[in-house]
Amino acid sequence: MNKTIVLGVIGADCHAVGNKILEMALSAAGFKVFNIGVMSSQEEFINAAIETSAGAILVSSLYGHGELDCRGFRQKCTEAGLERILLYVGGNLVVGKQDWASVEHKFKDMGFDRVYPPGTNPATAIKDLEEDLQKLEDAGKAGRECSEHVALR
Amino acid sequence: MRTLARQGENAVNTLLCVDIGSTYTKLTAFDLAKEEVIGTARAVSTVGTDVEEGYKQALNMMRAVTVLAGEFDEILACSSAAGGLKMVAIGLVPELTAQAAKQAALGAGARVLETFGFELDRYDIESILEMRPDIILLAGGTDGGNKEALIHNAGMIANYLQHIPVVVAGNKKAREEVEKVFRSKGVYYRISENVMPELNRLNVEPARESIRQLFIERIVHAKGMSGFEHAIGRVAMPTPAAVLNAVRCLAEGTEREGGLGALVALDVGGATTDVYSIGGNEVMGAGAILRGLPEPYAKRTVEGDLGMRVSAHALWAAAGNKMIREYYPGTISDYDIEERCRYLSCHTAALPADKMEKDFDEALGCAAIRLAMDRHAGSIEERYTPAGLVYIQHGKDLRRVQYLLGSGGVIVNADNPTKLLKAALAREDEDRVLKPVRPRFLIDGAYILPAIGLMAGRFPDKAVRILKKYLIECCGES
Repeated sequence: MNKTIVLGVIGADCHAVGNKILEMALSAAGFKVFNIGVMSSQEEFINAAIETSAGAILVSSLYGHGELDCRGFRQKCTEAGLERILLYVGGNLVVGKQDWASVEHKFKDMGFDRVYPPGTNPATAIKDLEEDLQKLEDAGKAGRECSEHVALR
Repeated sequence: MRTLARQGENAVNTLLCVDIGSTYTKLTAFDLAKEEVIGTARAVSTVGTDVEEGYKQALNMMRAVTVLAGEFDEILACSSAAGGLKMVAIGLVPELTAQAAKQAALGAGARVLETFGFELDRYDIESILEMRPDIILLAGGTDGGNKEALIHNAGMIANYLQHIPVVVAGNKKAREEVEKVFRSKGVYYRISENVMPELNRLNVEPARESIRQLFIERIVHAKGMSGFEHAIGRVAMPTPAAVLNAVRCLAEGTEREGGLGALVALDVGGATTDVYSIGGNEVMGAGAILRGLPEPYAKRTVEGDLGMRVSAHALWAAAGNKMIREYYPGTISDYDIEERCRYLSCHTAALPADKMEKDFDEALGCAAIRLAMDRHAGSIEERYTPAGLVYIQHGKDLRRVQYLLGSGGVIVNADNPTKLLKAALAREDEDRVLKPVRPRFLIDGAYILPAIGLMAGRFPDKAVRILKKYLIECCGES
């Protein structure tokens, strides 16, 4: 299983604490974490993933502008040759008290494989990540050339 | 052990440093016991026919001016002859490993002809063949990261560019495969450490050293200089690498000899303007976030379009009439500015004949210095976020460097070198570029930077002391 992942906080968002906690939790779970830190653009996530051959990109957004910042992310990944990469997003993705199901739907619609609300335990995401990466690998072994992220969703 | 080392140093009393340039071969002789320059000489290089001829001429001139009995105890040489060390840098992502590879090559004293990213294709191969680089620096992937691009590019090189020596400084997990490919096709290569072992961590020094080794092993010979290596010993490095060495040892000092701290050096030449900076890697302060690839602690940039002669017309195009006029004390028409630049780029041996031409040269020098410094220094950007104002820093913060060192004819021969060096400083109307604010000005009047860079490897203490002794501090107002 490819346990290399890229982690960062997207947009003009400088919340650094959760980012560090996630880095620690993921590293402790045996992932090779490339943390690009706060205020990262989509391009920086993608460049990092290409250079490190990452299996997943984990995007945090805490300041409510997540929807704007994440638009077109999946398309850019596809354009950059990362058709198979897993995209996760989590945090305070939208402003105000919006219904979570609709928020989740919105981000899945944008091409994210997993979407997490505030207060998610890192262990939940880690468990999902291991499963999804394993599925990707199995699919790769089976020699299926279809784009797995579609299958996963 | 220490006394032995000292004895070894003392056994060398006279040292001759040779700088084989494209135009001139320059010699600088030192008396190491007195720590003095005992003579300098220069003669026209005759690269292509016989480099040794130029060297011998210069040596005879040297003997005429110095009262030196017998031979020099030691000779060290560097070279920028035959266009200098020409390289192409290859990486994966243009902003990441390709950029890191470029930085490594520049620091090794190379002229980087072009930087390539992603997987090389037929068109890239064709353009590399056309450019005829001396060495290829092949990077790509962090350690344990992407291997495919590096292996693909190694395969392309092995198949189509096998005559060009290669330094491999990419993903270490791909080394075995790359070596296999290169061995099978007889490529001359050296394996080095990754220029970017982890994301956004630069590691350029090992690759620089490997480039220098390849330069000694292969390039010196190819440039027709091996014939007289019996006379001068090995050509140790490209000249810009020697200058970077000198600037670095001046900044850092040694255990016994204090350095000057973070500094910037400018070398304005006929074809290029080189900028060197040591230090300035700290993030500017609380509330600032550093984005982008970190830059090398010892950084060199080369501006191929900013030069006093061959590149004068390119400099005019980059600077524009307005900027050149700003630095010219008299009045001059747009037409005259462009025509003069065009003339200078075709007449590369032209020397200013009168006050007006000298003023014009100095105005060009100011423009070259200002633009080169703009491109070398980092920048700051203000971003308003929901959490308030945040500063985003790209590149080096050179605002607090203590010294600005000038080299090259237009600065050294100026009536008022301070005026030229001031062109490098931060201006009131631009607070976004992190250029030096209030440095002290030094001039390399004796043109000894390359010689000191050569000496630094063998006699570091003496190199620092002699350089400090011969640099001229200027404080004239402009």
